[in-house]
Amino acid sequence: MLLTQAGLMGVFTATDALLFYFFWELALIPVYFLCSGWGGEKRIAVTFKFFIYTFTGSVLMLIGLLYIYFQTPDHSFALESFYAADLERTVAGRTQTLLFWILFIAFAIKMPVFPFHTWQPDTYEQSPNAVTMVLSGIMVKMGVFGVIRWVLPVLPLSAYAWGDVVMSLSVAGIIYASIIALQQDDLKRLIAYSSIAHIGLMATAIFAETKSGFQGVMIQMFSHGINIIGLWIVVELIERQFKTRKLSELGGIAQKAPALATLLVIVALANVALPLTNGFIGEFLMFNGIWNSGVTSYRMIFAAVAGLSIILAAAYTLRMIQKIFFGNTNNLTAMAHDIRVNERVALSVIVGLIVLFGIYPQPLLNITNGFVENLLREINVAPMFSK
Amino acid sequence: MALLLLFAIIVINILELNGILIFDVNTRGMLDFEGADGRFALLFTLVVNISTFAFFLLSARDMEKVGLDYSDYFALIFFILAGIVLASSFKSLLMLFLGIEIISIPLYILTGSSKRNLKSNEASLKYFLMGSFSTGLMLMGIALVYGATGTFQTDVKQVFIENKVPVLLIAGMMMLLFSMSFKVSAAPFHFWTPDVYDGAPTVFTSFMATIVKVASFVAFMRLFEDAFGQVQSEWKLLVSIIAAATLFIGNITAVFQQSVKRMLAYSSISQAGFMMLAVYAMNADAREGLILYAAAYSLATIGIFGVVAKMNDLSFDAFNGFAKQEPVIAATLVIFLLSLAGIPLTAGFLSKFYMLKATVNGGSIWLAIFAVLMAAVSVYYYFRLIQAMYFRSGTVAVPQMSQGFRITMITIAAITIILGIFPNILTNWLYF
Repeated sequence: MLLTQAGLMGVFTATDALLFYFFWELALIPVYFLCSGWGGEKRIAVTFKFFIYTFTGSVLMLIGLLYIYFQTPDHSFALESFYAADLERTVAGRTQTLLFWILFIAFAIKMPVFPFHTWQPDTYEQSPNAVTMVLSGIMVKMGVFGVIRWVLPVLPLSAYAWGDVVMSLSVAGIIYASIIALQQDDLKRLIAYSSIAHIGLMATAIFAETKSGFQGVMIQMFSHGINIIGLWIVVELIERQFKTRKLSELGGIAQKAPALATLLVIVALANVALPLTNGFIGEFLMFNGIWNSGVTSYRMIFAAVAGLSIILAAAYTLRMIQKIFFGNTNNLTAMAHDIRVNERVALSVIVGLIVLFGIYPQPLLNITNGFVENLLREINVAPMFSK
Repeated sequence: MALLLLFAIIVINILELNGILIFDVNTRGMLDFEGADGRFALLFTLVVNISTFAFFLLSARDMEKVGLDYSDYFALIFFILAGIVLASSFKSLLMLFLGIEIISIPLYILTGSSKRNLKSNEASLKYFLMGSFSTGLMLMGIALVYGATGTFQTDVKQVFIENKVPVLLIAGMMMLLFSMSFKVSAAPFHFWTPDVYDGAPTVFTSFMATIVKVASFVAFMRLFEDAFGQVQSEWKLLVSIIAAATLFIGNITAVFQQSVKRMLAYSSISQAGFMMLAVYAMNADAREGLILYAAAYSLATIGIFGVVAKMNDLSFDAFNGFAKQEPVIAATLVIFLLSLAGIPLTAGFLSKFYMLKATVNGGSIWLAIFAVLMAAVSVYYYFRLIQAMYFRSGTVAVPQMSQGFRITMITIAAITIILGIFPNILTNWLYF
């Protein structure tokens, strides 16, 4: 677990492309061993699939990084050199497209964006809960972070050209994942599909390339991490007590465990992006960004369709809450007992953060402001077209 | 005794790299040990010697089980080492031929050394026939090249009339290309490899698949860089096709293997495909990469074979539950397998990285993408072994492993990781 953390920290702080790749791969191995050692019944095959899928994406990214390395003015892997490579002028359009896609595929698999998401529900379901928290709370952010830091500023023209395609895929993914989440019986898979939907929204907002969009993405990275970890804590508590995650077998827990129910409902509503929660801040800013996007002519369609996702999110979240907590108790849940003090503390911290940043997100916005301004300057391709 | 001698050879090698000569032999310009090219040969010989040292430490006991002529095997291996020195430092095509032959003939004997075993005899005969055939091709190629250029020396710059390369030279070059591809088991000349590696006693497969293959590659690289470097445009496309085919066939077939030994044989073919990228790219990165690849691949595979040679049952299931009974050895095996798969932190990753860097610089990004996709395929069969060891339960008929064996395995694993973080330890010797 600590090795994974080390790898993840390295990914986020690396300013050198080779180190970035190094830590990216390094984070995978401990996760492989963790999942295969302590996961669910089908864990071996599922983790294998996860590993090979992600590995394929990463090695493609390696080729992209190598190519850009040779195009940098001073033959260096450093971030500044990559930014200074000025690829629009030095590299042919077709090669730029190739580079964009092989770099983006690695992040698309990690995030995951719609067609590359098939590893995610299985892996989340089969991994031990602690590992799922790290996977969904932090590792998917690796993908988002990678796109913002390494793909957009280095290949702005391709991002502009292919932005529509990526946005369509993500938006399709949001609706697709939300509808599947509606049908799910297993709690972990439901949350996994909900995570795909949220990340899809982030991917859409990234390629909308507006200030509020980027700010929203970064805040949502933080909030989604908090919310989803809160959800996984609840899953862990339920699984520990009742040994089952199936919605059809649970019910009426609120009568016996009111504290758990209260805390969970708040976390779940944050997932839906209810105002007063941090999820709302992130999603509102992102929708604002998509709606006002200057780089795509389909912005209103994307925003409207993505807005559907809020409704669907509410649908599956409330269904989940209702199935688990309200209604009649059955044999299994009649013996439920409420959560203990330490669990209450853990959940309360999360709920506190949710509400705090829901009401006062300004500190986060201040932190991200400077970076977003720089980013927008880097990826501005309008001067190329005004000549 | 053999260990002492080998250790002495290693020490002499290191001294020569630093400029102190113990044996000063006038080779009349046929072998090259000074200058930039010479250091390449010296460094590579050092790597080979150290790998053979590791090989002896790990597998010498197993050689006893193969047959009666225990001491002969050591002698034969030393002959092969001599051939390797010739083949990696040649400046004359005659030396190349001599070197390759001296490598191959003891190998034919070693392959068939388990005399009562039918598979061993079959493997030896196959190897001998195919090997002799390819050597014949090589001779023909050398003759044609001599006819075109008038000299056996590879470092003489050729002047062509009107910049047109004579067909005789191209024909000779093609023959040399094909015969060297035989030796390194590149596709589509690889068909002898699985049967020969499978039939030979596992100890000698270990030696063949690593040290001999890598030495043949260095000879390959040296030949095409020195002799045919000027006419690159003629053979670059062909080499890239051979590399792609090797990667494809090696990796895809390895996925379906049920025996660990055969899987390792095919894995050596796929690693050969990666090394072909160095021949394709032909720049400084490629050279450094080849040396690093030689070291990383040899050490990792010798380590894995060290354990496989001791097992009686060679299927994947035989390794079930290995980690519970021998946690230290299993951990070192994991490091070797990760190195072969190309996971960062290991020398295998850096060597693949150098190869890819050389390829992207050498001009073909598509070949690099293909190589990388095939590397992703290779992860599957390397990790199958890790899975069997750690995540499946079963009782393993664990062979006897002495304390020295464990210490050697740990040392080799440590070297793999150290080279993975500080490759300069090895590659700096190329220049200083």
